[in-house]
Amino acid sequence: MAFYEWTPLETASKIRNKEIGVRELLEATLAHAVKVDNEIGAFLRFENEYALKKADEVQAKIDRGEQVGTLAGVPFGLKDNICSKGMETCCASKILGGFYPPYDATVMKKLDEADVIMIGKTNMDEFAMGSTTETSYYKATKNPWGLDCVPGGSSGGSAAAVASREVPFSIGSDTGGSIRQPASYCGVTGLKPTYGAVSRFGLIAYGSSLDQIGPIATTARDCAEIFEMICGYDEMDSTSMPMEIKVLDQIDDGVKGLKIGIPRSYFGEGLDPQVRDAVLKAAEVFEKSGAEVEEFDLSMLDYAVPAYYIIASAEASSNLSRFDGVKYGFRSESAEGLRDIYLKTRTEGFGSEVKKRIMLGAFALSSGYYDAYYNKALQVKALIKKAFDDAFAKYDMILGPVAPTTAPKLGESLKDPLAMYLSDIYTVSANLAGLPGLALPCGFSREKMPIGMQLLAKAFDEGKLLRAGVLYQRETAFHEKMPAVIGEVGEE
Amino acid sequence: MKDYEMVIGLEVHTELSTKTKIFCSCTTEFGGEPNTHCCPICTGMPGVLPKLNKKVVEYGIAVGLATNCSITPYGKFDRKNYFYPDLPKAYQISQLYLPICRDGFIEIEGKDFKKKIGIHEIHMEEDAGKLIHDPIFDTTRADYNRCGVPLLEIVSEPDFRSADEVIAYLETLKAILQYLGVSDCKMQEGSLRADVNLSVRPKGQTEFGTRTEMKNLNSFRSIARAIAAEKKRQIEVLESGEKVVQETRRWDDDAGYSYAMRSKEDAQDYRYFPEPDLAPVEISEEWKAEIRATLPMLPKERRNKYIEEFGLSDYDAGLITGIKALADYFDDVNAIVNDPKEVANWLLGSFMRVAKEGEDDSFRILLDPDKLAKIIAMIKTNKINRNTGKDVFFAVWKDNLDPEVYVEEHDLAMVGDDDLVKDTVAKILAENPKTVEQYKGGKTKVLGFLVGQCMKELKGKADPGTINAMLRESLK
Repeated sequence: MAFYEWTPLETASKIRNKEIGVRELLEATLAHAVKVDNEIGAFLRFENEYALKKADEVQAKIDRGEQVGTLAGVPFGLKDNICSKGMETCCASKILGGFYPPYDATVMKKLDEADVIMIGKTNMDEFAMGSTTETSYYKATKNPWGLDCVPGGSSGGSAAAVASREVPFSIGSDTGGSIRQPASYCGVTGLKPTYGAVSRFGLIAYGSSLDQIGPIATTARDCAEIFEMICGYDEMDSTSMPMEIKVLDQIDDGVKGLKIGIPRSYFGEGLDPQVRDAVLKAAEVFEKSGAEVEEFDLSMLDYAVPAYYIIASAEASSNLSRFDGVKYGFRSESAEGLRDIYLKTRTEGFGSEVKKRIMLGAFALSSGYYDAYYNKALQVKALIKKAFDDAFAKYDMILGPVAPTTAPKLGESLKDPLAMYLSDIYTVSANLAGLPGLALPCGFSREKMPIGMQLLAKAFDEGKLLRAGVLYQRETAFHEKMPAVIGEVGEE
Repeated sequence: MKDYEMVIGLEVHTELSTKTKIFCSCTTEFGGEPNTHCCPICTGMPGVLPKLNKKVVEYGIAVGLATNCSITPYGKFDRKNYFYPDLPKAYQISQLYLPICRDGFIEIEGKDFKKKIGIHEIHMEEDAGKLIHDPIFDTTRADYNRCGVPLLEIVSEPDFRSADEVIAYLETLKAILQYLGVSDCKMQEGSLRADVNLSVRPKGQTEFGTRTEMKNLNSFRSIARAIAAEKKRQIEVLESGEKVVQETRRWDDDAGYSYAMRSKEDAQDYRYFPEPDLAPVEISEEWKAEIRATLPMLPKERRNKYIEEFGLSDYDAGLITGIKALADYFDDVNAIVNDPKEVANWLLGSFMRVAKEGEDDSFRILLDPDKLAKIIAMIKTNKINRNTGKDVFFAVWKDNLDPEVYVEEHDLAMVGDDDLVKDTVAKILAENPKTVEQYKGGKTKVLGFLVGQCMKELKGKADPGTINAMLRESLK
C-alpha cells in the first residue's frame, strides 16, 4: 500500500510508531501531490516552506516524547477562503489576490496546534459562489474520476485533492452544499457540521448565516476525528455554540434501532435513476444493519433553492462590499478618484458569477423589495426549519441523494446557471435549517463516476451521522476505490 | 409675514468611554498616531467576526433607564451598508429593527419653559474612521483609530420649539451621560455630536413642514447659530413662494451659513438587514435590575438634595449640579469647610469665570478642592480678607499653588497688630482734616474714602469692617 493510500488515522499511527518520519512523509506527499495536481489542479498554492518547517517541529515534539495530537504529522489541504497567517488567502478571486492575512482562522489554529500540517490552499469557486469550481479566477479543477468532469463546488479543490490522494484530508466550507456536493462528485466523505458547531472566525464569509467549515476525507471515521478537533465554542465567533460536542465516543455504535426517514419528494422528477437506485440500495444496508427505514413527506422542498439564493446573495452583497480597492488586494490601475476606484476595481476584480450574486443580493435588500424578497426568504427559512423539526421528532436521520446527477462535464453547468442552481435542491435545506449533513460515496454510475448519498440529522447530532457513516463504510467498499489517474501519474 | 414656529428633533451621537471598542479589544482612547489603535476586527479584514463588548450594552441600558426608556428584552444588530473609505467593512453595525431603548423622555427647563422632550429610541452602533486630506501630496489618507469606538445614538421626538430648548436638552443630556460616567461628552473631540432636524410651519398649523437635517455642529454655540440661520432660511424660502427641499445640510460655523450636501432624491439606500455575525442581545429583568441598582445619583436628584440638605436656592443648585465635575468639586470643598452657601458663592462667582473659559463647552478645574477650602478657611478665620481671598484664588488657580504658602510668600496676611491699625487710623485722620470736617458736617459717605486710605496704607492686609468701626469711633 502506497503512503498516499493511508487514511489520516493510519498515517498518524505510522508516524507515532516511527514507521515513517514526518519530514519523509511530507516530502513524499508534496512530490506526489505536485505530480498528480498537474492533472487535477486541486491546489492553488503549495506552502512547502511552511509545511517542511512545521514537519520538523512536529517530529521534534514526537522525538522529545511530548504529547501530540491524534493526527500529528498528517498533511492536509485548506480551502482558499480560510485564513492562514502570512500565507496568501484569496478565495480564488482576482480582487483578493495577494492578500496575506495577519491571523489564522480558528480552524487553522486548532489544526496547527494539534500538530497537523497544512501543505497548501485548495481551489474553489470564486468566493465559494458556484457548484463546479469553474468560477475560480485562477483555474478549473478537474474531477479525478473523469478529467473532463467538474469536481463539484465550491470546495471542489478540497474534494478533488482527497479523491486523488494528494492529501489524506482537507478542509472545506459549506454554504449551500459546498462540502457535500463535491465530496459526492469526487467519491469521498464530507461533513457539513451544524451551524455554530465550528468557529467561522477566519472563514472569509459568503453567506454568514449559512457558512460552516467541515472536513473532507476518505472515511467517516476520519471525518469524525477531524470534526472533533475543529469543533467547539470560540469566543471570537458569537454564532458558535457554547457547548461541548463529542462524536468519537459513539462512533462504533452502529445504527441498530435508529429510525431513518426517506423523503418521498427527494426521489421525484429530475433525479437520475442511477443516483436514486444507489441511494435506495444504501437504505437497504442500513435496514439490514438494524435501522428502521421508512418513507415520509417532507414539505417546503420546492422553496428551499430560491430562499437560499436570496439569503446567501443578500448577505454576500454586504460581505463582499469591503473588497473595494482601498485597503488590500487588487486595485484597478486605471482608476482615478474614489468613485472610479470603487467602480473599476470591483468591475475588473470580481468574476461574473460573483457580480451576478452581488447584484441579486443588493436588489433583494433594497428598499421597496426587502419585504417581498429577503423577508419572505427568512420566513421560508423558518418554515423549512419547522418542517425539519417535525421530521426529526420522528426520525433520527434523513437519507437522500446529495445531488440529482453525478458530476457534469466541464463547461456545461455555467451555460445553464438556472439548472446549476436547481441542482442544489437536496443540500441547501440543511444550511437554511442549520443542520448537519454527511455526504458519503454509495456507488458508481455506468460512466464510472461516483454517486453520493446524504444523511441529515438534527442540530448537533453529528455523532449519529458519523456512526451511520462508519457502519456503512464497514459494510461497503465504495470509499476505498481510487481513481485511475493516481496510478497513471505514478507510472510516468 | 406670517408668524412661524420651528419644529426640531435631535439625533445625538455620544461616544461611550468604555476601555475597549464595541467589537474588539482595541483601546478607545482619543488620538494616537494614525492606525495604531486598530486590529483586523475593527478594520474589517476578510474573515474576522465582531464580538460584542458587554459593557456597551450595560452603558446603553443605564442611559435608557436614566432617560425613562423601556429597555428591549431582546435586541438585535443590523447592517447599514454604504461605501466610504472611512468605513472599512463598507457597512456599519447599527440597530434598526430592535434598538436597545425606546419611548423615554428627558425633563428640561429654562427661563420661560419647562417641558418633557420625548426620546424616540436609543441604539448602539460603531463609529467610523477619519479621512485626513494631505494638501501637500494632494492625497487622502484613512485613519481607522476611531473605527469601532462604541456610540449611542439618542433620537429625540420632534418636540423642540426653540434653540433654547435644544440647548437645555443637550445640557441636561450631557449632565446625565456624565453622571452615569458613560461618556466624557467632549464636542471638540467628537464624543458628543448632534444633528438637528428642523422644519418651520405657520403658527397654528398642525402638520409638520418639510425638514432639513443639519450636520457638522461642533459646539452648543454653533448649534444655536445654525438653528437661527436655518429657521431664517426656511422662512425666506416659504415667503418667496418656494418649497423647502428635504435634504442634508452642512453647517459652516466660520461662514455662518449652511449648504446642501445631498437631497432626499439621492439619499442612499442603506439596505439594512439583520447582522448575521452577532447573536441577539438578551436583556433579562435581573440584568436590568442589577444596572438600575448601580445607577449613580442623577442631576435631578442631586439638585433636590442640594436644595433640601444644603439650603441652596433652586437656581444655584441647578447650576452646580448641571455639571457633574462642578457638583463633585462642590462636595469635596464642602466636606472640608462645611459651609454650602459660601462654597456655592465661590463656585458660581470667580470659579465659574475661570473654569469655563473660551467658547468651547469644556470645563476645566485646575485647582484642587482642598486648596479652595484653604482660601475659604483663611477668610473665615480672618487671616485674609475677602478681597485678598479672591486675588489669591486667581493667583493660585492656574498652577494649582498652595494658597497658604502663597499668602505667606506674598505677605498678604492681615495685620494682627491692633496698635498698628490704630496708629494708621489716627494717621489717616490727621492727614485728611477736610474730609474729617465733611464727615462731621453730615456727609457720612466720605467714610468709604477714609477706609480706602487706611487699607491702602496697610497694603490691604486688614479687615475693612474693623477699620470702618474704628473710624466711626474716632470720629464720634
